[in-house]
Amino acid sequence: MKTIWATACAVLALTACAQTPAPRSASATTPRGQAKPTFDRDPYPSTYRAYPGVPTLVTNVTVYDGEGGRIDDGSVLFADGKVVEVGQTIAAPAGTTVIDGRGKWVTPGIIDIHSHLGDYPSPSVQALSDGNEATGPVRAEVWAEHSVWPQDPGFSRALANGGVTTLQILPGSANLFGGRGVTLKNVYARTAQGMKFPGAPYSLKMACGENPKRVYGSKGQLPQTRMGNMALDRQTWIDATEYKRKWDAYEKKVQDGTAKSADQPGRNLRNETLMGVLNGEITVQNHCYRADEMAQVIDMAKEFGYKVTAFHHAVEAYKIGDLLKANGICAAVWADWYGFKMEGYDAVNENLPLLQKAGACAMIHSDDPNGIQRLNQEVAKTLADGRRMGIVIPDEVAWTWLAINPAKAMGIADRTGSLKPGKMADVVLWNGNPLSVYTRPEKVWIDGALLYDANDPRRRPVSDFELGQPGEGDVK
Amino acid sequence: MKRLAIIAALLGATPLAAQTVAITNAKLVVGDGSGPVDGGTVVISGGRVTAAGRGVAVPGGARVIDAQGRWVSPGLVAGFSRLGIVEVDGVRETNDAGADKSDFSAALDVSLAVNPRETPIAINRAEGVTRAVVAPDTGKTIFAGQGAVIDLGTDANAVMRPRAFQFVEFGEGAAATAGGSRPAAFAMFRNALLEARGYARAPGPGGGGRITDGMLTKLDAAALVPMVEGRVPMLVHVERASDIVQVLDLVREFPALKLVLVGASEAWMVAPQIVAARVPVLASALADLPASFEALAATQSNIGRLQAAGVTVGIGMINDDEARQARLIKQYAGNLVALTRVPGATGLDWGRAFATISSGPAAALGLDGEIGSLRPGRRADVVIWDGDPLELSSAPVTVMIDGVEQSLVNRQTKLRDRYAVPQEGVLPKAYER
Repeated sequence: MKTIWATACAVLALTACAQTPAPRSASATTPRGQAKPTFDRDPYPSTYRAYPGVPTLVTNVTVYDGEGGRIDDGSVLFADGKVVEVGQTIAAPAGTTVIDGRGKWVTPGIIDIHSHLGDYPSPSVQALSDGNEATGPVRAEVWAEHSVWPQDPGFSRALANGGVTTLQILPGSANLFGGRGVTLKNVYARTAQGMKFPGAPYSLKMACGENPKRVYGSKGQLPQTRMGNMALDRQTWIDATEYKRKWDAYEKKVQDGTAKSADQPGRNLRNETLMGVLNGEITVQNHCYRADEMAQVIDMAKEFGYKVTAFHHAVEAYKIGDLLKANGICAAVWADWYGFKMEGYDAVNENLPLLQKAGACAMIHSDDPNGIQRLNQEVAKTLADGRRMGIVIPDEVAWTWLAINPAKAMGIADRTGSLKPGKMADVVLWNGNPLSVYTRPEKVWIDGALLYDANDPRRRPVSDFELGQPGEGDVK
Repeated sequence: MKRLAIIAALLGATPLAAQTVAITNAKLVVGDGSGPVDGGTVVISGGRVTAAGRGVAVPGGARVIDAQGRWVSPGLVAGFSRLGIVEVDGVRETNDAGADKSDFSAALDVSLAVNPRETPIAINRAEGVTRAVVAPDTGKTIFAGQGAVIDLGTDANAVMRPRAFQFVEFGEGAAATAGGSRPAAFAMFRNALLEARGYARAPGPGGGGRITDGMLTKLDAAALVPMVEGRVPMLVHVERASDIVQVLDLVREFPALKLVLVGASEAWMVAPQIVAARVPVLASALADLPASFEALAATQSNIGRLQAAGVTVGIGMINDDEARQARLIKQYAGNLVALTRVPGATGLDWGRAFATISSGPAAALGLDGEIGSLRPGRRADVVIWDGDPLELSSAPVTVMIDGVEQSLVNRQTKLRDRYAVPQEGVLPKAYER
């Protein structure tokens, strides 16, 4: 196969093959004047490339721009993979495909900050279950992308039924330190690298509460309690801080030109990720249900000088909206999951509206291959529950929970998450009000490429797994 | 009725169920598959619906509730749930769904575990669910035990019909339980039913233990007799098309069996056989992933296609947070309507979609003469909504069960109110309620 591929490349040298190897992402480049990095910071770079699109103008639609803005009877123009203009009326440049969207809505693509697609794919058999390296409570060294199976049929459902264009795949929550998460464009590829969102920061998945203490406590191992969780967390950060100190000292010597090769500290994969957090390069996505535990984690982050980007699940976030706001920490939550375990006992339907009212950064998330197909509906439910208790949030503001807020918490808000000129044309045309149960995506564009069209069965992705199976290519 | 009268008396402020009540000016949903009609009236007397429709006269002396054009529907029926038997799934001692260490299986009677004070009851009641089919989960055999039909009322007696059905697992899960393969599950099933038949003919000496020359305990055998004689339905969880066909075929050997399929992700592929067998289906509404190798052809169009083929269908939630999220059936039914606007998909019109969470599941259990619609004679489970019941933004404003108005307060609403402002006031939050 290798030979054949090489031949094909030779023939096609001026086209696709010429583009390989892919350019390294920004974090791997060496700014002028600095010492050469001592190892590759981006050894599994994105090879994602936008598919071709045509300049497209959608007219006569209600637009939620994803940042809280709304235009009734408006228009959205995108070309060359980027949003060009959003406004009331836009003249169609020559060669533009114009879609009359009367009665329909246009929004930025939905972003799910908490998914396990690819890591816990369908079918959920043990052989494909790759989401938790539950062999030790500190597993910061594992990377979710190394588990992502790009043939998970769930990606197609999230696209076609959910309008999801970007998603973060996280390791599970068995461990205090679950490993690195990865951000994907929701575009099928042959490899996980082919789905990777170019240049998105890495994340570290952490977990507090019941899961780590249950998984390891049942083995008679630390942690068996919440205080055990915190103790092991803190010791791990102490060790990582020491690791960082050695590397900082070495890097300084490199910069000063006094480093000898024997000075280079040994690499430790686990501590490399933790050092990335301490250096502010890697976001922290922290599974945590209870208000009191979130408060403990906030203090722990201060103790070691890192920042929690978002608490995930956070069913009690509504109890500490003020604390989250004061510390600049987001909450990624469900609309109405509750009670399936003890730390989920105090859930309320109004978590998101209460957080919004408190001025905290909030967003919806799925954690589920079914829920990811209906994140817009989840927002609609909690939005209405909030209004019933007197928290009146406009629809277009609620859409920030699906768009710009998760984009911010994933460090990609400069590239996607809203319909602003120059951003990726990740766009959904809905066949009605997207906060109604009766509405579905009609078309989904990612980087301006039409990758789902309800009216065209050939624009409905079918993963390798589903080929030749009962129901292949069905509407699902 | 005695029970209701006593409860109403205990509650004091709530109207007596025996009182005649007329809900007028309703956007009326009967729940029988028909669409909503404006200007409808529902008349309730003695805890039952006596009339519902447009042009229905208000009896003299009736208490009149003006619905002011709001939607009025029958209470929702959760077609497959584990409501009332699980407080917290992950806290084993509060979870009575399954007993994997018990020597008994078919005999396990879930009605003995139903606790009307469990928080999911009040939470689901506040969202319009008034009745639920409650099934046990399997333990050592493919027979989970005897399920119940319950109401979600505030009164102390939730069980409407105990031992209403036997719940049986087939397919992948059953294969594992029965010893490692599907044939092992069928062998276990046939053996149990043959032993139950024999036990019914000749129970032998009294007392406990196992039946003579048999594998079943006497209690399990006795519990299977009503099922094998067709006096109670047999709810069967089965997903794969070929498994469904095999299950339908069981009636050849056991002709009295009254089958109801549960889950049934691939049922659409064998819809003609299901129609011919006159077997109802309590289907997972939105399962569309190949979550297992027995659900490769799962699609949200399953229910629509079954309905189009003529199958009696209701929404059931199995392996879908069914101990607490029955309230999601509204959203699920609404999504089935959404499918009517997706090219190539098969959905349901609004009236039929609503029937999948009202009369459909009631009919599957043979209880549509009692619950699931506002046709005359049915129990007066009535909900007045602040909008379209299937729409995401809607919620009940009034819920009646057996004609008795219910509280819509629960732990969640109390927590919400306590933390409407997160900061403490003059005293800690523990003093605020």
